[in-house]
Amino acid sequence: DTSLAEVNSFSPSVPISPSSMINQYKFEDGPELRDLFITVDDPESHITAIETFITYRVVTKTTRGEFDSSEYEVRRRYQDFLWLKSKLEEAHPTLIIPPLPEKFIMKGMVERFSDEFIETRRKALHKFLNRIADHPTLTFNEDFKIFLTAQAWELSSHKKQGPGLLSRMGQTVRAVASSVRRAVKNRPEMFTEMNNYMETFSQKINVLDKIAHRIYKEERDYFSEMKEYGPIHTLWSASEEDIADSLKGIASCIDRCCKATEKRMAGLSEHLLPVLHEYVLYSEILMGVLKRRDQIQGELDSKVDALANKKTEKDLFSEEIGKLEDKVERANNALKADWDRWKQNMQWDMRSSFTNVAENNLRYYEEVKLFLTKMLIFHYFSEEVHGFS
Amino acid sequence: MEDCLAKKMEITVSEAEKRTGRNAMNIQETYTAYLIETRAVESQSEGQCAPVDSLWRRYSEFELLRNYLSVTYPHIVVPPLPEKRADFVWHKLSADNMDPDFVERRRIGLENFLLRVASHPVLCQDKIFYAFLTQEGGWKEMVNETGFQLKADSRLKALNATFRVKNPDKRFTELKHYSDELQSVISHLLRVRARVADRLYGVYKVHGNYGRVFSEWSAIEKEMGDGLQSAGHHMDVYAASIDDILEEEEHYADQLKEYLFYAEALRAVCRKHELMQYDLEMAAQDLTSKKQQCEELATGTVRTFSLKGMTSKLFGQETPEQREAKIKVLEEQIQEGEEQLKSKNLEGRDFVKSAWADIERFKEQKNHDLKEALISYAVMQISMCKKGIQVWTNAKDCFSKM
Repeated sequence: DTSLAEVNSFSPSVPISPSSMINQYKFEDGPELRDLFITVDDPESHITAIETFITYRVVTKTTRGEFDSSEYEVRRRYQDFLWLKSKLEEAHPTLIIPPLPEKFIMKGMVERFSDEFIETRRKALHKFLNRIADHPTLTFNEDFKIFLTAQAWELSSHKKQGPGLLSRMGQTVRAVASSVRRAVKNRPEMFTEMNNYMETFSQKINVLDKIAHRIYKEERDYFSEMKEYGPIHTLWSASEEDIADSLKGIASCIDRCCKATEKRMAGLSEHLLPVLHEYVLYSEILMGVLKRRDQIQGELDSKVDALANKKTEKDLFSEEIGKLEDKVERANNALKADWDRWKQNMQWDMRSSFTNVAENNLRYYEEVKLFLTKMLIFHYFSEEVHGFS
Repeated sequence: MEDCLAKKMEITVSEAEKRTGRNAMNIQETYTAYLIETRAVESQSEGQCAPVDSLWRRYSEFELLRNYLSVTYPHIVVPPLPEKRADFVWHKLSADNMDPDFVERRRIGLENFLLRVASHPVLCQDKIFYAFLTQEGGWKEMVNETGFQLKADSRLKALNATFRVKNPDKRFTELKHYSDELQSVISHLLRVRARVADRLYGVYKVHGNYGRVFSEWSAIEKEMGDGLQSAGHHMDVYAASIDDILEEEEHYADQLKEYLFYAEALRAVCRKHELMQYDLEMAAQDLTSKKQQCEELATGTVRTFSLKGMTSKLFGQETPEQREAKIKVLEEQIQEGEEQLKSKNLEGRDFVKSAWADIERFKEQKNHDLKEALISYAVMQISMCKKGIQVWTNAKDCFSKM
């Protein structure tokens, strides 16, 4: 049932999502101040004559006045998310638009429509929309609102309106490139620092992503060997009398260790891996944003240079230059503010993800240690308690 | 119960040394020599420190000693030697016999072997064993003079031969079955343990990569820098901790390996019994057929088909004198055979009695040792968990300050 819900049934405190999702990102303004709650769930397969694709249910609950209703439920496919992202980039070229999950992972491990792939994508799409909702500027974007609220046919008709992305490209590719070079020379110190930072950050985050995946793989391999290791002790106990219980005790500990390893692996794949991957994508996005800022400044700089050579038509150009100067200032300010915000979020995300990893490892070792200790006490020392020699 | 040698004498294999020398084929070779130190225990109680005697032996001499003991005491479950070549290795361990870690573990294994023999109620009294510990020169000749080699060759043949016993002793059959199962399950366990060790090594070591990257990343961060840097240090500690953990586990694996090889020794005793039983049955069968032959000749009736019977029918019977001579020879053989059978029966019963006594002793020792080994394994794992808890508590602390 996708009809609009009753106004009365809305409660702003808790969105319908598994509690784990709430913990995945922070509420910037505190939960009390949020007025837009979005969930992405229920992937469904659609088969037509031409193609097969997945749609996701997007549920929005809001108290905002500009929304006609307080609750919306729509279905969106990946293409629709791509459209939203490009509209946001168009409207806010120097804002940091959150990353979308990749189109198609060719790693060989995960095939296109496997459950694992769909679930990973769903979580990333959920994150994407919520990051936009949390963004002080993007949250009020009109296309965003339409994305959340329009029915399928409404959305397609809206998509067809308005100039396409390509028509917006004013300068030729070569002109852009040369103006960017000029912009780099005139670039304010702050943005050069950002560039340098992003180059290193991008390197490091990519390596971290690989390391984390490698750890996951090693843990999985360890788990598969351990699964074989425990039962051998049980098998052995069948030929023994005196030491049968001791052997079974060890077998049970190894099995417990297996289960604990599974939990540890799940922790990695649910928290750290998606976060690191998101920031790998973010680093690409940020490099792009910095480039666009350079382009905007480049536009200004090349016009200024052109004016310097034409002493006569100063008045004609000055209005244009003025507009471009405003544009550059707006772009710089937007980027600066968004950069600070991004860095804060990044710090928070990294702190929480790695702390989570540490907690998972602690839980793992505590659980195994406790089980081993109990087993030792039960099996080996109960003999003393019962007076056997 | 006599005091075994282990109580009177302190025995250690204290050092290992690389040597080069020429072997029997005059080819230069490198081998390891082990220093055996012995010291009498008694004089220590008087407050004096007894002098230490020492001599060097190489692995092949230990092998010779063990072969001698196995052949001379077939009813005893003779303690095994540590492995000749490194087996069940996981990737970090070297399979090289000259590798110092392997040599060290072998040194411990050889000491353990000597202590086992010295504390065995029967084996510790053996003169060759005593000479092995105390007499450097001329020991090999002494061993060869015992003539055990002849017995050794026939024993080897017998151990590998296939034959069927008509009335097997159920206890020994069960025991042989058990020793096969024990061998199979312990070698399977050791193989998987090696793979598990390999994987665990991988998990720990990859965490070491965090250290370097965190350090490089911390250089561009202001607020996060300290937390990252110190967390990275803890990841390095974590990665390094696996080396000691797995080295300790190697000693546990050695304890299991000893019983893997003990299973072979157990099997050898069962086979020896089988051989004796077969021998007995053959002797009894031979005696019965000779008695029958004798009877047939005496009464002139042929109850069973024989080629002799046929040929005598075809070519005429023997003369009475010939027949008498044959009967006399057979009667002598039967006499001999009956005495032999009696002594074989006695031998067999003695063997069963003393073998079973040693098997009971072995069972107790095995249960005690394996239980201890399993406990120590569990304790090792607990210690590994404690180390993990410490490192990750520190790391969590650093991460939360990022």
